[in-house]
Amino acid sequence: MKRYLPFVIVGVIALATLGSGAMLYRAKRPQFLSIPEDKALAGKSDAESMHVRGNPDAPVTVEEFGDFQCPPCGSFAGFIDGLVKEYDPRLRVVFRNFPLQAHEHAREAALAAEAAGLQWRFWEMHDVLYREQAVWTKTPNVRELFDSYAGMIGLNVDQFRKDMDGEKVKARVDSDQERGHSFGIERTPTIFINNRSLGPNDRTPEGMRAMIDAALKEKAATK
Amino acid sequence: MTVSRFRTILYTVAATVSLAGLADATYLAVQALTGETLGCGGSPDCFRVLGSSYARVGGIPVALFGVLAYFSAFTFATFAAFGYARARLLLIPTIGAMFLATLWLLYVQAFLLHAYCRYCLFSAAITFLLAGLVIALPSSQQEQDS
Repeated sequence: MKRYLPFVIVGVIALATLGSGAMLYRAKRPQFLSIPEDKALAGKSDAESMHVRGNPDAPVTVEEFGDFQCPPCGSFAGFIDGLVKEYDPRLRVVFRNFPLQAHEHAREAALAAEAAGLQWRFWEMHDVLYREQAVWTKTPNVRELFDSYAGMIGLNVDQFRKDMDGEKVKARVDSDQERGHSFGIERTPTIFINNRSLGPNDRTPEGMRAMIDAALKEKAATK
Repeated sequence: MTVSRFRTILYTVAATVSLAGLADATYLAVQALTGETLGCGGSPDCFRVLGSSYARVGGIPVALFGVLAYFSAFTFATFAAFGYARARLLLIPTIGAMFLATLWLLYVQAFLLHAYCRYCLFSAAITFLLAGLVIALPSSQQEQDS
């Protein structure tokens, strides 16, 4: 019996590895999402109701559903910012709030960004929140820190505090979230390039660039 | 404790440690195959590391090679613990190759990508531990002397 025991052990581990790998693959299988035509971002007219970085008339739009407390979103923000500069003026980025319930302060952070947006400083707050993510995510009273960030980026802090508790910013966050839910989004960051979500091979820097290049070619061909 | 018994214990420990590496590499391989490099269990630099061109060889995720390597290490260590002499001979070059590959991957993270993926660092730690266990193995001569 002892002679066969190593074969049995190795066989069991091989099966367990294959089984758990297959189960994990099924659970993490990429969602193929697309934005229905009636909800697709059109041109500049939409720019008033959303946060755009880059040329508002750019032919290619990267729409990101992000959560300020999600570490990969923070890491991804720098890459996206680099893409805007790299493709300027052919690319614009639209940020949508999608605070996940699992993240304790994510919704407050989204409200802070929207409150800053009411004073035309959304992207400044967006950048500070991601840059300081490691600090405020571990703080029990995040409001004090958000107030200090508001002062740092030159906001009227009293107005910022009022706005954070106001209905307008809540409605904006809710509207972004509803938009995300209507597309079936479950995770962050979820990225759409010209209304198409990234496939498994597009989720790399090279893959995203290839998808943007293809979208640019497609736009040029339809002109 | 006899040298032979000490070797058996070390092989058993090596097999157990290989299992931890196997689990880590399986997770990374699934992340790479599903394209979930944007998330990656909350590790912020996964996107930069697993999404880089260094994370694939001939289109195959490096993590899949990791699965194969850790499974081989586990298999050889298990058979070696049960006294199979050929498995002992195969275990050392396998872990040697894993050690060299780990050095290259650490170099890529530190000097080329300037980003670290925590799951990759965990895998590196496991490989270093396995290398340490192999170095600690008494030689056949010592076993015969005892």
